[in-house]
Amino acid sequence: MASPHPESPAGRLAPPLRLQSKPLRQPQPEPSLGEILRRNGVSRRGFLKFCAATATLMALPPSMVPAIAAALETARRPSVIWLSFQECTGCTESLTRSVSPTVENLILDTISLDYHHTLQAAAGEAAEHAREEAMNANQGQYILVVDGSLPGPDANPGYSTIAGISNYEMLMDTVKGAAAVVAVGTCAAFGGLPKADPNPSGAVAVQDLVKDKPVINVSGCPPLPMVITGVLAQFLTFGKLPELDEYRRPLAFFGQAIHDRCYRRPFYDKGLFAESFDDKGAKAGWCLYRLGCKGPMAYNACATMKWNSGASWPIESGAPCLGCSEPNFWDAGGFYDALSVPPGRPGEALLTAGALGAALGAAAGALGRRKVKTAGLAHQAVTADQLEQQL
Amino acid sequence: MTSLGDIPVTVIGPATTLNFGNALPVLSEVRQALARLMETGEPAQIDLGAMPFGPGDEERLMQLLGSGEVTATVDALGSTRIRETAFGGVWIVEYLNADEQRVGLHLEIDEVPRMLRPQPGDLADALAAIDARLAEA
Repeated sequence: MASPHPESPAGRLAPPLRLQSKPLRQPQPEPSLGEILRRNGVSRRGFLKFCAATATLMALPPSMVPAIAAALETARRPSVIWLSFQECTGCTESLTRSVSPTVENLILDTISLDYHHTLQAAAGEAAEHAREEAMNANQGQYILVVDGSLPGPDANPGYSTIAGISNYEMLMDTVKGAAAVVAVGTCAAFGGLPKADPNPSGAVAVQDLVKDKPVINVSGCPPLPMVITGVLAQFLTFGKLPELDEYRRPLAFFGQAIHDRCYRRPFYDKGLFAESFDDKGAKAGWCLYRLGCKGPMAYNACATMKWNSGASWPIESGAPCLGCSEPNFWDAGGFYDALSVPPGRPGEALLTAGALGAALGAAAGALGRRKVKTAGLAHQAVTADQLEQQL
Repeated sequence: MTSLGDIPVTVIGPATTLNFGNALPVLSEVRQALARLMETGEPAQIDLGAMPFGPGDEERLMQLLGSGEVTATVDALGSTRIRETAFGGVWIVEYLNADEQRVGLHLEIDEVPRMLRPQPGDLADALAAIDARLAEA
């Protein structure tokens, strides 16, 4: 079936992400997304396809496609200001290092990314001037995305500054005019690695400081790129923020435990476990619970959305889930300690949960959460030799 | 490098031949949707991207669904491949981007898949275009 616009730029599903700051928006009303797509020659079938991909992106059922189409037809592209503080740039890498242009890029291209100092061409005072202009032009309407934790108000601000401005000052100044704040990555959401014991920089999470604006945590180290853009797509599509869990994470992506969506779950229910990384069970694809998998206490969308354009994900690659989307996961004991093993005493407590079946999965999750707290208090260091003995 | 397929590494192992048991439940869901389509005319879509498939599950499901008489390609924002399964009214719809990479995989249980139908507004535009062509002639 031929396209009605075979020569149009819409022949590509997603133009490459622009790696420079966009010109600031003019005061006149922005065209709607539907108008933008039509101007680029996107046919109605192309628009339907875009909506179907967007539904997948937002973890919504395909039956929602007509509602998404109706909403996107009149949606206006939001302004986004992206601040990076104490972070490794892994979150931005996750977002931009897709193997090839994908629908995530198209979503990004329909937002106005007015400030992102990793991606924009401007630097120094010119960049800060662009941020201030974007804030003034979109007062009360822009989305503030933050990746990285930041030294708290009582910490030495010198641990992290941008253009001579402390992270704390920049966040509190920029958040004033924001409609909402999206904390991207476990560092921004919960403090992450910078906050891990002994937390030398006095790092805190965004939600510890922002109390008068909606905060959405998109945790993960890094988060799935589709989850980052899915939250932005939700705002773009419906003009409101998604429903959140107790940790302010979008339920659409963080509503179910990795364990409950894992394709290896049937082996857990049958009590079939890999005991080492190269034994018969590992080769047969059995459950990785005894190798330290944190799936029962980790809430994320890796099991269905997967990584690298859906190629695989850690558990499918034979590695236990580290629980990187959970608070304080860096201080939760050894990555290869099973959840029911007390921290610091590997091997002394035998594992029985799997043999008892699925009913204990939730208990293992609760146990894991307690273990995080206990391990955080005990914080027992592990040497490389000890780790090898465990494996 | 443009795709994962360009990486010169081949995975050899038993994982792709394992049956993780996630295909049959989807086929059961298809059966229920087909019964509902017959009784009420209500179509259904299943997003296979939202399924916790293990290695080999998708291939197993595709084997179970088989191939029917109809295939079609829609060229809009990259191509979309549509294939009827061995079961009439059950369609596989694969959305691809311009680099032929999958951005979505749905099953549609309907008389005709949504992407093949004229979209709202298409018929009015077509009528106006034909009128304009006749006026020129």
